[in-house]
Formats: sequence, C-alpha cells, structure tokens
Amino acid sequence: MSKSLSWFNVTALVLGFAFLYIPILLLVIYSFNASRLVTIWGGFSTQWYGALLENEQLLDAAWVTLRVAFLSSLVATVLGTMAALALTRYGRFFGRSLFSGMTYAPLVMPEVITGLSLLLLFVAIGLERGFWTITLAHITFTMCFVAVVVQSRLVTFDRSLEEAALDLGCPPFKTFFIITLPLILPAVVSGFMLAFTLSMDDLVIASFTTGPGATTLPMRIYSQVRMGVTPEINAICTVMIGIVTVVVVFASIMTKRQEAQRKRDEQAAAAH
Amino acid sequence: MAKTRTQTIGAVRRTFSPWTDATATPLIRFENVVKRFGAFTAVNNVSLDIYEREFFALLGPSGCGKTTLMRMLAGFEDPTEGRITLAGQDLSGVPPYRRPVNMMFQSYALFPHMSVADNIAFGPKQAGMAKADIDARVEEMLTLVKLESFAKRKPHQLSGGQRQRVALARSLATRPKVLLLDEPLGALDKKLREETQFELMDLQMELGMTFLIVTHDQEEAMTVADRIAVMNHGVLVQVDPPAAIYEQPATKYVADFIGDVNIVECVVDGCFGGDLRLSTPITPHPLQIAQGDAGGVKTGDKVWLAIRPEKLRISLEAPDAAAGNCFAGEIFDIGYLGDLSVYHVELPCGTRIKVSQPNLSRMVERPISWEDKVYVTFTPHAGVVLSR
Ligand SMILES: Nc1ncnc2c1ncn2[C@@H]1O[C@H](COP(=O)(O)OP(=O)(O)OP(=O)(O)O)[C@@H](O)[C@H]1O
Ligand SMILES: [Mg+2]
Repeated sequence: MSKSLSWFNVTALVLGFAFLYIPILLLVIYSFNASRLVTIWGGFSTQWYGALLENEQLLDAAWVTLRVAFLSSLVATVLGTMAALALTRYGRFFGRSLFSGMTYAPLVMPEVITGLSLLLLFVAIGLERGFWTITLAHITFTMCFVAVVVQSRLVTFDRSLEEAALDLGCPPFKTFFIITLPLILPAVVSGFMLAFTLSMDDLVIASFTTGPGATTLPMRIYSQVRMGVTPEINAICTVMIGIVTVVVVFASIMTKRQEAQRKRDEQAAAAH
Repeated sequence: MAKTRTQTIGAVRRTFSPWTDATATPLIRFENVVKRFGAFTAVNNVSLDIYEREFFALLGPSGCGKTTLMRMLAGFEDPTEGRITLAGQDLSGVPPYRRPVNMMFQSYALFPHMSVADNIAFGPKQAGMAKADIDARVEEMLTLVKLESFAKRKPHQLSGGQRQRVALARSLATRPKVLLLDEPLGALDKKLREETQFELMDLQMELGMTFLIVTHDQEEAMTVADRIAVMNHGVLVQVDPPAAIYEQPATKYVADFIGDVNIVECVVDGCFGGDLRLSTPITPHPLQIAQGDAGGVKTGDKVWLAIRPEKLRISLEAPDAAAGNCFAGEIFDIGYLGDLSVYHVELPCGTRIKVSQPNLSRMVERPISWEDKVYVTFTPHAGVVLSR
C-alpha cells in the first residue's frame, strides 16, 4: 500500500476533523464575541471572561465540580488500582470472572441506568443527597476506567522484580510501595487524570444523584442554556475545554513515557 | 596472592567431603520433592542433601527443572509433594523474605528505577544495616564485580554482561547463608568468567557460605563445584564430585552429557575377577575391561562401553598383539584445536570413534593425515562399562 495520502484519505480526514471540531471552534470563537447576540459577530472582546468572575452561581458550580472531581478521582484511583492488582495477581480466586466482569460492566453501562440505580440506592439507605452522593457516584463509575488503565500496565509487569525484592528480605507490603508502585506510577497517574476529566464533565449521573446546594458546572450550564445561550456560557465552556485539553495532553504524554519506560524495563529484564 | 589462594583452596578442598561422613548433618535437605505444573511434572521425586560450605552445581539440559528446584528453595514455589528443610527447619510456609536464602535470577531482575548502587544496597538496607556499613558493602561489591565507575548508572544503561555482574553483586551483598546462582556468569567473556569463578570460590570460602549454582558450562561446574548434580527431565541422575561424574558416570546419559565420549554397545562374554571380556560387532577381537565392581553385570548382558577420547591412543604402526584392546580404522577427519588434535577414526563397519591427542611437539616427522590407516589402542582401565 502507498504510504502517501491519497485524495480520498485527505478528504476523509478533513471531513472527519471538521465534523468533530467545527462546533467546538465556533464555540471558542463566539466566546470572544463583543456582541450579546450569540450568533452575530460584533468584534473581538474578552468581556465575557470578566463577567464570568462576577457570576457567583457559575463560580460556585465550578468550585463544587472541582472538589467532586478531585476527591472522587483520588478515591477511584486507589480502589481501581487495588481492583487491577487483584485481577492480575491472584490467578484464580473464587468468583474471579464475576469480579472482573463486574469491574468492566460500568464501562458499557448506559449512564442513565448507573445514575438511576445509584439514586435508588441512596434513597433506599436514606443518604441525604448532595455533594457526597455525587462524589460517591463518581467514584463508582470512574473506578473501572482506572482499573482498566492500571491493569493493562500490570499485565506486562515483570513479576521477578517483586520476587527479587522479597528475596532480599523486603516484606510484600513494602515491596509494593518501593518497587511495584514506582514502576506502574505513570499508569496510575493516567488513570487518575482520566477519572478526573470524566468526573468533571459528567452531567447525567450528577443530575440523578445531586441534591439541594450541590450543583455542578455541567448541570448549571445545562440549566442556563435552556433559557438561551449567552456568551458567558461560551466563555465558561472554553475554559473547560482548556482544562480538559491540558489534562488529556498531559495524560497522553505520561502514557508515552510509560511505554518508553516499559520498553527499557523489558530490555533491562531480558537476559541476553 | 594467587599462590596463597591456591593453597587455601587446596587445603580446604582436600579434606572437605561431608557427604561421605555419615555423621554430618546436611544444611539443606530435599526430601522426595515433587513439583507439578498442572499435569506436567517439572521436578520428580528429588532427594538431595547439601552441606554447609559446599559449592554445589546443578547441570542439565534446558527445561529439566533446575530453576524450579531453586525457586522452591528460595520460596517462590511450593513443592507439590515432599519437603525441604534448612538447618533442620521445615521451610514450608516460610515466606521468601524470611528465608536466609538469596537468589540471583536468571533474568537478573534488576530494579529499573534504581541506580546500580541502590540495587546493590537494597538487601543490606532491608536487613537494617547502618548507612556507613551499607556504603562500604556497596563499594566492596562494586570492586568485586569490577563496576566501580558504574555506581550511578541505571540498569538500562549497562551492557548484558554488566547487568549480570550487578545482579551477582546484589545477591551477594547481604551475605546470605545460602546463595542460589542461576547461570550467574553466562553473559561474561571467557577471561572475566574465569576470574569471577575464582573470586566466587574465594568469597565462598572466606565467608563460609553455601552456594548452589546452575550452569550450562561444564568446565565451570568442574572448576568451582565440590559436587555436581546432573539432572534430566526433573530427575537427579547422578550426584558426585566432578572427577567421579567424569570418570565414573552412572549412566550413558551422564557420560554423554559431561564431556566428549565414545559409546560402544557390547555384550558381556565373561567375568574374570574384576575384569570383563566384551565382544562388540565393531571389532573382531574381544575387549578386555577392568571394572572394579563388576557387580550387577553378568555374562550375556547387553552393556555400553564408554571411553573418553583422550584415553585412547592412536598410531600408524600395528601394535603388538599383547598391547591390549585395539580397533583398526581409517582417519575420516581431523580437528586441530591447538593444544589438542581430535581424530575421527572410521572403523570398517562404519562406526566413528573420536580420539584426542595432545600436540606435544611443534614438529612431527610423519603427521597422521586424512585417510591414513591407523590403530586405536586403549588399556583395560581406559573405559567404563555402563549397564544403563
Ligand atoms: N510456572 C510454570 N508453569 C508451567 N510450567 C512451568 C512453570 N515454570 C516452569 N515450568 C516448566 O517446568 C520445566 C522446568 O523449568 P525450569 O525453569 O526449571 O527449567 P531449567 O532447567 O531452569 O531450564 P533452563 O536451563 O532453560 O533455564 C520447563 O519445562 C518449564 O516449561
Ligand atoms: Mg533456568
């Protein structure tokens, strides 16, 4: 096959990217619109970003979102890593395939169902809905993403490194922290970032599990848009796009580095 | 320096043979150990005693279960059957980090995120040694493996041979009672390997450690080991000091596995005291073999005569009839190795016999050449009769 791009490939590429990014590009451009009317260009201005800082409601929502995202992704990372370890390490334990299936189910479960079932659970156990219920719900649904990312790294992890540490008198718990964790850290960090972004832009599950006083940014934006799109919304969305882009780029760099590191590990481990 | 070393080794080696002493208690005992992976038996009913301060070598073809045997001793695999004791203590249930046994991994298993020095310091640190002592120990180990200038490097910045030396240094650093070395010197060049062999022997003697080494290099096993075990398909075929393994192999397999050998199928014609008379289709004359303990072999048995190439003599003139055993043949091929020449002699029946002769003189008047008619002779003590 020829390596150069044929006109067909180029067209497909351009159309594909246009389809994906033109809406986002429009949104970013209109956030710098001087006019109040969203669809009419009135010159360049950053006034809506200034206005954002005075919009208490949006700022509150942003603060809630950040707190939820940080806390839930932190807990999800710990739990997800533990699940990944259990799945890769303990060869055959009772109910292994059930456990592994259950870890991956939330990946493909419709969000509406996850949200609804969590809501039912919270109602049933009488948990007051609000910040904590959203956080719990986000832990539940992001944990499996972390588990998948970490597990893919653990599969290629050279167990003899842990054995060597044990052999030299290091107990298992300590071995995990000074040998295993440093080596799988890039995967754990990418898992964390994935969980963070997922939590940050979740609307469906948050809407189901929220309560009074805990409105996340996506929820606030959604409710405002129903009363009409304002340039302010464009501005906050642009900020969010910025944050997500930074996190995603950072995570992909980590993954690349991890890949390179693993290649080096493998070379170092291979005897000949 | 070299002088004192050989003397120490000589003095210790001459008297060291606890395995012949019925009152000696072994340090490590494998008692009927079996290891199965699913339906596959990797180690089959191994019983083995290893004594304190012994340098013990495991030899055997790839996949015969050497690493598995070591991993059971180190605590990474549990025996399916049987038990292993160390200094009288049953090791079952004792985790690897509580066993006074260190292992050098065949794959090295260096910690990729730590420098060479940190890798070596790992064991001593876990043992709770003082900082200054650890530094001194790391220094000492680096000198031992000749990597003084590489302390700061990471494993991926080293060559294969250098990594192997770091792995060796790391396993030695804690000075364990028992050290398991899984092909510790395979990636080193000949000179460095020989030097390291002697360093290992010195160190073992000086520190009174017990070494269990796996190697594919027979010469290495012969050089370093007090005793050698030959394994095949998970079974110990023979356990003996190097000279006994070489000169008194227990089976055809061992004779063939260790060194070069000619194996000739024979039938026992008769036993006369310690001597056996054998007949074989490859020569019309009966062969006379001295067998110290002809035990087990009877007239009419099928046996194998194993003779090492260096124990055969080759000549262009026909020997006297009284000279003993003789094959007549023709030179098929000659391998010149510098110190030795190896002659492949083809007998009239088509069988080829290998004969090696030292090249004693630089000039020979009439060297043996291709297609020469030659006579191969050997004394009754040259060969060993094997019934398996
Ligand atoms: N975890 C395992 N599961 C299944 N089979 C195994 C396992 N470990 C080893 N084996 C098998 O047991 C046999 C012995 O393996 P072992 O590693 O002890 O060989 P070895 O004598 O060390 O060989 P080499 O000289 O190539 O290192 C091999 O056939 C191997 O395939
Ligand atoms: Mg092996």
